[in-house]
Amino acid sequence: MDAGGRRFAPLRPFRATGFVREARQALTAFSPAIGTRYNAVMNSPLAQTPLHAWHVQHGGRMVDFAGWSMPVQYASIVEEHHATRRAAGMFDVSHMGRLRFTGAGAAAFVDRLVTRRVTDMEVGQIRYALMCNENGGILDDVLVYRLADENASPYLMMVVNAGNRAKIVAWIQFQLNHAEADDVVFHDETTETAMIAIQGPRALDLAAPLLETPPKSLPYYSGTVMALQDRPAIISRTGYTGEDGCEVIVPADVGLGLWQALLQQGEKLQTTPSVTPAGLGARDTLRLEAAMPLYGHELNEHITPFQAGLKFAVSLKDRDFIGRDAIRHAQDDAALPVRVGLELGVRRAARQGYGVFAGDRAIGEITSGAVSPTLDKSIALAYVPPEFASEGTQLEVDLRGRRENARVVRLPFYRRSQNSDQ
Amino acid sequence: MKPEDLLYAPTHEWIHVDRNTKPLIGVVGVSAFAVEQLSDLVFLELPQVGREVKAGESFGEIESVKSVSDIYSPVSGVVTEVNSSLPENLETLQNDAHGAGWFIKLRLADESELDKLLDWAAYQKQCEEHD
Repeated sequence: MDAGGRRFAPLRPFRATGFVREARQALTAFSPAIGTRYNAVMNSPLAQTPLHAWHVQHGGRMVDFAGWSMPVQYASIVEEHHATRRAAGMFDVSHMGRLRFTGAGAAAFVDRLVTRRVTDMEVGQIRYALMCNENGGILDDVLVYRLADENASPYLMMVVNAGNRAKIVAWIQFQLNHAEADDVVFHDETTETAMIAIQGPRALDLAAPLLETPPKSLPYYSGTVMALQDRPAIISRTGYTGEDGCEVIVPADVGLGLWQALLQQGEKLQTTPSVTPAGLGARDTLRLEAAMPLYGHELNEHITPFQAGLKFAVSLKDRDFIGRDAIRHAQDDAALPVRVGLELGVRRAARQGYGVFAGDRAIGEITSGAVSPTLDKSIALAYVPPEFASEGTQLEVDLRGRRENARVVRLPFYRRSQNSDQ
Repeated sequence: MKPEDLLYAPTHEWIHVDRNTKPLIGVVGVSAFAVEQLSDLVFLELPQVGREVKAGESFGEIESVKSVSDIYSPVSGVVTEVNSSLPENLETLQNDAHGAGWFIKLRLADESELDKLLDWAAYQKQCEEHD
């Protein structure tokens, strides 16, 4: 079998193999770099979010995702996907890393770590940025929040990918030890908190009655600290689905109560389809339709931000940060492959690692793909040389030994109708 | 067909053989448990009539939103009939995996291969252990 099919080479039946095994492996297929780390934790017990018992009790199909036991779906990925696009979906994203930086030097310190300026952020602002190594390779994609705590003291919060958390924490600690970082206190508060994403056209109606700060009052990509049952919580107008919505970070012991209250509120809304809890499977197809990159797929330490089409997340001007010079040079390198969107001619998924061809020439690889539930078409993201990246270019993808037509299309694949203030 | 009357491969395919009719013809499909685990089916590929398969050899592919899997033949034989409308009607497979959702019929090459398969009780046990 050729390179394109290697990820799904037939598994020999030694016990429960075939369908079940592959289904469970599908979402834990990481890039080699992540795979190493993932393997290292394979034998240790999986971490559990504060909602873990609820997921298990409600039919969540639990998988090992970056060392966390997470629901990939409850009943149907496609139904959870549609519910999020048409009403609202609720996602337990407590596995994401939540890092806090306090002290007068916090902003200057974080500014040096990420591709976007942090020092000019005002309280309430949130920015998507990349953390890169000296070569400009992407260590992680993160959200940086500038917030003021319940005593009005400003601080920074960073939300990082679960699969990268250990690496990023180690990276930050190394930088703290080696930079002259005065007055910075760094704290990983992931396990002390829970995080719930509420996404979809009705998401804000769903969340509003439960929150002191109505999420509609927040501009897109902003957030605030509020009280929830007299405890500090963070609400932000952010998400990873291409829908309007919000994400809430609460103390761990408040997580389950909030989740249940949201479910009750969802019933009261009487939407069609119903508001539903949604797992990582739907989260993946939703973000893919919105063409949002996923670390370990579209992003890794050998990809630079411009290749990934993330120019908006880089500010090179009048500032320095780790990887800046390498990123500036990579910007002018016309030989580097770039991220494109593909639409396939068949109704089956092009998956990570499948080969992309122009005639007989192997030109790149698929990084993510799925039969899009919203568009009912096979869509994929891939890296190809720039000369094959223009819209309408006809390419082929090797689907397990069979060449199928693929056409370069504009990203994102799906864009919601604009009636919010994004 | 009743799940109790079928034999199963550890890879979740089932086969039903009427031992009173010669030559022996087996009806092959995949278990409802596997279909439920896969969920959200998007694609099914079945072989052509006349294809020769060995026990444990892949004769088709089944794909869900999450993953793509080979379908392995539980026994050796020659494909005599294919449920050719099934790929266009995947809900049939979702709703009736042990009946209308059958994949192929096979003329068995070696009846003794059936002895290596699991009966319903043993297959159920495997599925429970898995969960």
